[in-house]
Amino acid sequence: MKTEVSTPDDGTVGLVSPGRGAGLRDVLSSRFLLKLLVDKEIKVRYRGSVIGLLWSYVKPGVQFIVFYIALGIFLGLEQSARNPGGLPNYAIYLFSGIVLVNFFSEALGNASRSIVLNGGLIKKIYLPRELFPVSAIWVSAIHFLPQIIILIVACLFAGWTPSVLQLAAAVVGFVIVALMATGLGLIFGAVNVYFRDAENLVDLLLMVATWASPVLYAWTTVRDQLGQTALNIYLLNPLTVGVETFHYAFWMPTADQTQALPPSFLSLWVPIALALSIVTLVLGQLLFRRLEGRFAQEL
Amino acid sequence: MPISIDIKSIEKRFVLRHTRSMKETFLWLLKGRRGDLYKKFSALEGVSFTVEQGETVALLGFNGSGKSTLLKHISGVMLPDSGSVRTRGRVAGLIEVGAGFHPDLSGRDNVFLNGSILGMSEKEIREQFDSIVEFSEIGEFIDTEVRFYSSGMYLRLAFAVAVHTNPDIFLIDEILAVGDEPFQKKCLAKIKELNEAGKTLVVVSHDLDMVSKVCDRGIVLERGRVVMDGEVGDAIAHIRAS
Repeated sequence: MKTEVSTPDDGTVGLVSPGRGAGLRDVLSSRFLLKLLVDKEIKVRYRGSVIGLLWSYVKPGVQFIVFYIALGIFLGLEQSARNPGGLPNYAIYLFSGIVLVNFFSEALGNASRSIVLNGGLIKKIYLPRELFPVSAIWVSAIHFLPQIIILIVACLFAGWTPSVLQLAAAVVGFVIVALMATGLGLIFGAVNVYFRDAENLVDLLLMVATWASPVLYAWTTVRDQLGQTALNIYLLNPLTVGVETFHYAFWMPTADQTQALPPSFLSLWVPIALALSIVTLVLGQLLFRRLEGRFAQEL
Repeated sequence: MPISIDIKSIEKRFVLRHTRSMKETFLWLLKGRRGDLYKKFSALEGVSFTVEQGETVALLGFNGSGKSTLLKHISGVMLPDSGSVRTRGRVAGLIEVGAGFHPDLSGRDNVFLNGSILGMSEKEIREQFDSIVEFSEIGEFIDTEVRFYSSGMYLRLAFAVAVHTNPDIFLIDEILAVGDEPFQKKCLAKIKELNEAGKTLVVVSHDLDMVSKVCDRGIVLERGRVVMDGEVGDAIAHIRAS
């Protein structure tokens, strides 16, 4: 009896197709490489500049001062003796929104460019390509961290006593924005390989983002000017919800809790925003995997 | 011997004159998709072969014959339009010298980054680090940024990292042409050592003399098709004759 006839093993058992990864799950298994890519980005970005990482504070700092003077003082959004209808502690209101929107802008902007920028590597070596957008988001989170510390210090000076619920809401708000940025980053990063218009579209989107969430003004303006239906549409934007959780956590405790959240904010709008972000991430992953097969030849 | 690389009738077509703007695509759609938006070009047509573990294969052919494209299919960078590519174990290689090196990082950082990109774990890199530095002959410059390296130093470090990834299949694309003669000899010796340890080698090169020293089997490609597959000596004779 010949054993070769009965054994199906012709030497091909254990062969796998290269270049077909498991997407974001592969990023989890290559955490060390992710860490190295993030370290590289941090080291390289401010290489040769005198004040280095401080630029991460100077830019939002100047932005904050400009907005504060122009909107808070000139346009009268800040509450004062002469302007009792304004927002109390407008500086903290403004800053708590700005840090989150800046995180979103930096994360999405860099993630959208990450695939094209790393084209040289993607064309030559196979590795989970999701690593590049994810590391861009991670780098932005690292730049976000010191800003949040400055915000907390400012809040403490203003008599900040948040509740556990408020802090938890801010964490959820950050997660919503981070997931949203990752999902959109995967979409625009992949599309940008085929159409370089995508990064311009992202710039446009980010310009609108600051104004489409209650960063500079209060959400009540939207309801008063445009009505309840418009407010509902406005609250469908996960970034709006993220910013509002930050106001809830950082600004309201310093404003003697006198300001109200949008109706059924925590019970309805936060879960909706979280769900929308997760859907965006899933769609982003699916689209990315559809498009990544031809990255190497299109770059 | 178990099969290391199994390629079944793969086809790969490239798109030429690809539009980079949405406007052109949009106009094309408006016009009812008239005419070809893209021109297609066949880079690989019906390529099939298997490589057993421990074989040393040279991919030969003139420029544009599809050698590098084929190598990219084996590494997984490109996916075939049809047909299948299957490999066993870790695939690593010098597709291009120093891809994944960052000029602003030190040699040390680059060893970690590049090693990790080529699939090594943190533990493996730490264990191999001294051996990598020793092989590269970089010595005290390991903490200098690699943009200050000479091209030879750059190449030596890149090669040192790649040979220490301990791959099951090692892909080499036109790399040994660089570097001085002693280092070339050292590389060849290292490649032979890898092969004796049972690793599969796939080499793309125009240096026929070097290829005949390293490889036993030669596959000749011509305009994306395999035109000859046999002893490396016969393959080289085929190339020289055409």
